[in-house]
Amino acid sequence: MVLEAKTNFLRQFEVVDRAWPVPTLAPYRQQGRARFAALAFPTPRTEDWRFTNVAPLLETPFELPVDSASTVRLPLPPVADAGAVRLVFVNGAFDRERSEVDTSTGLVVESLATAGVERLAQLDQVADSSSQVFTALNTSLLCDGAVVRIPDGAAITPVIEVVWLSHASVRNVTTQPRLLVVAGAHSRATIVERFWGTTTEPATYFTNAVAEIAVGEHAVIDHYKVQQEAAAAYHVANTQVVVGRGANFTTHAVLLGGRLVRNEVRVRFAGEHAEATVNGLYVGAGKQHIDNHTVIDHAVPHCASHELYKGILTDQAHGVFNGKIFVRQDAQKTDAKQTNQTLLLSDDGATINTKPQLEIFADDVKCTHGATVGQLDADQLFYLQSRGLAAAQARRLLTFAFANDIVHRIHVPAVREELEALLVHRNLGS
Amino acid sequence: MEFPVGEKQTAMLTITNLHAGVGDKKILRGVNLQVNAGEVHAIMGPNGSGKSTLAGVLAGRETFEVTEGEVLYEGKNLLAMDPEERAAEGLFLAFQYPVEIPGVTNNYFLRAALNAIRKHRGEPEVDAAAFLKLVKEKMRILHMPEDLLKRSVNEGFSGGEKKRNEIFQMAVLDPKLCVLDETDSGLDIDALRVVADGVNALRSPHRAMIVITHYQRLLQYIVPDFVHVLSEGRIVLSGGKELALELEARGYDWVKEREPALSGARR
Ligand SMILES: Nc1ncnc2c1ncn2[C@@H]1O[C@H](COP(=O)(O)OP(=O)(O)OP(=O)(O)O)[C@@H](O)[C@H]1O
Ligand SMILES: [Mg+2]
Repeated sequence: MVLEAKTNFLRQFEVVDRAWPVPTLAPYRQQGRARFAALAFPTPRTEDWRFTNVAPLLETPFELPVDSASTVRLPLPPVADAGAVRLVFVNGAFDRERSEVDTSTGLVVESLATAGVERLAQLDQVADSSSQVFTALNTSLLCDGAVVRIPDGAAITPVIEVVWLSHASVRNVTTQPRLLVVAGAHSRATIVERFWGTTTEPATYFTNAVAEIAVGEHAVIDHYKVQQEAAAAYHVANTQVVVGRGANFTTHAVLLGGRLVRNEVRVRFAGEHAEATVNGLYVGAGKQHIDNHTVIDHAVPHCASHELYKGILTDQAHGVFNGKIFVRQDAQKTDAKQTNQTLLLSDDGATINTKPQLEIFADDVKCTHGATVGQLDADQLFYLQSRGLAAAQARRLLTFAFANDIVHRIHVPAVREELEALLVHRNLGS
Repeated sequence: MEFPVGEKQTAMLTITNLHAGVGDKKILRGVNLQVNAGEVHAIMGPNGSGKSTLAGVLAGRETFEVTEGEVLYEGKNLLAMDPEERAAEGLFLAFQYPVEIPGVTNNYFLRAALNAIRKHRGEPEVDAAAFLKLVKEKMRILHMPEDLLKRSVNEGFSGGEKKRNEIFQMAVLDPKLCVLDETDSGLDIDALRVVADGVNALRSPHRAMIVITHYQRLLQYIVPDFVHVLSEGRIVLSGGKELALELEARGYDWVKEREPALSGARR
């Protein structure tokens, strides 16, 4: 079965070469394919994938989409910010017409397929295609994506928004979104990635996304990912980040859609006195499966990481949180904090597997972790009801408050407000 | 234990032979009490005698199981109502230990509560502006700093601020039957006077109050029409406001000595 999946993807390699012959990307594809060939898809015995069975994904024969941007007119999600720089991709292809690109500040924001060779520097170097099979697959099938290069010292005020739209109507399609962000020294920027899609039954799609973010020395980069894939969709993603000396990197992953979701965030400190905040919110209902896999690598001393993941699971939704923190031998004075909190709102099968994993090889460090799994607080519920709120309304309000602990940290007002409205209306747990 | 009731008055609350407990533990062992509109009843009694349990049963806390007896509120079976229905019908409990609710602002919560109650009464929702006006007026009466509105419900409030917040909510929600569970504990002398003034402002011929307290001091400000002593789950003594003074002077042992048959009685 797994072999079949590989053969199916190998066939897609030929398709991509024929349909999208991009000379600048060819060497990357070749390297990706060599690595892909050497790697195996995870099985239930693969330690890092213990709680997530990708068999349903691998058993579905996905094809590269033949619909180009011009033939699929998907509605766009709301703009993050009125003045936003916006790159829109439809089924993997750049939609120039609906993108807003302003490069007056020296900012480079463009499509991977048309970017010159020098603009591709660091592509496939931040993300690890040599050990991550899905990342290798993404590289093998590279046809388009977004390149964001922020010059040294530039403070970019408009939000940089990258929208990945998918649609499957007849065939099961797969897209390989790829984002490369290279933030220069002392630069500042906010990047919002949105995943959004629709399907027509019985067709489905598989988003296999990779984002690479190189944060230069003393840069301040804010990254948000809002994932609202179609209910039938598969979503596997690797957001991989390297943080330079004195830099400050923040990422929030808000995972709402998809039937099988695996979201990986890997952050490595490459210079001292840097700080990273890695937050997440996962909301699952029905039979959704949402796996959060985070790796924070304190490779150098004097860095701080703060991680807060919160989940709300109802019905038979299944959540996974695996948070790895490595503190290397040299990484003295590391300050790492990890928290995972999950609300289980149904008694008919919502489950969470939470697994903090701290591997500490230095002795002068401060590392804490904590995980809680629970229901809504009975005393709080009674308090609200005793003031006149109906039981369902009280539950909704408390659930919203739980989620809002993450949402209120989002610094882009439009995204924050949109999520607030969405979470209020999504019938959380009642 | 009976106490005088004016014949023409209609009962707002009638508690008859109420027994309640948690699991196998019996807490209330036959409470009888009648409260009429316009009256203020004080309930005193030693720690653990069941005062908060009685308040909780009235408000509908599920932890307590009622095993016997009846509670009529305006002629309706109170025990059959959900907590939110009781609130909408005009019952308000000021908690002895108000809970903190991080992430829900006082402002949002109180407006949602008010609108839920108004909806139940068939009244239109209040808009944000009208609500703000109402709330500001009540905050002034209770000397509440305005930033408490924007903060999460009771989160990080001092003990006194929490109690004040309870009475503030009561003032906004305009209930008919107010149950105050040790609202005076945790209040300094000035705050006690402010809160008592707030409560007194709500006294009306159409409203009744049950004030649970350990201290005569509160009853100097909120002067009760009746004082009851709850002991081991029963009201063992009732009287007028002087009873509170006597209790303060003599302690609860005096009650037991005075009423040996009652306090020792078991049904
Ligand atoms: N949830 C519960 N589970 C077990 N026992 C309980 C519970 N709630 C109350 N009790 C017990 O019931 C008894 C009465 O408690 P209650 O809180 O009603 O007393 P109280 O009169 O309000 O006391 P205080 O003056 O200290 O506030 C106590 O012995 C208490 O421990
Ligand atoms: Mg009590």
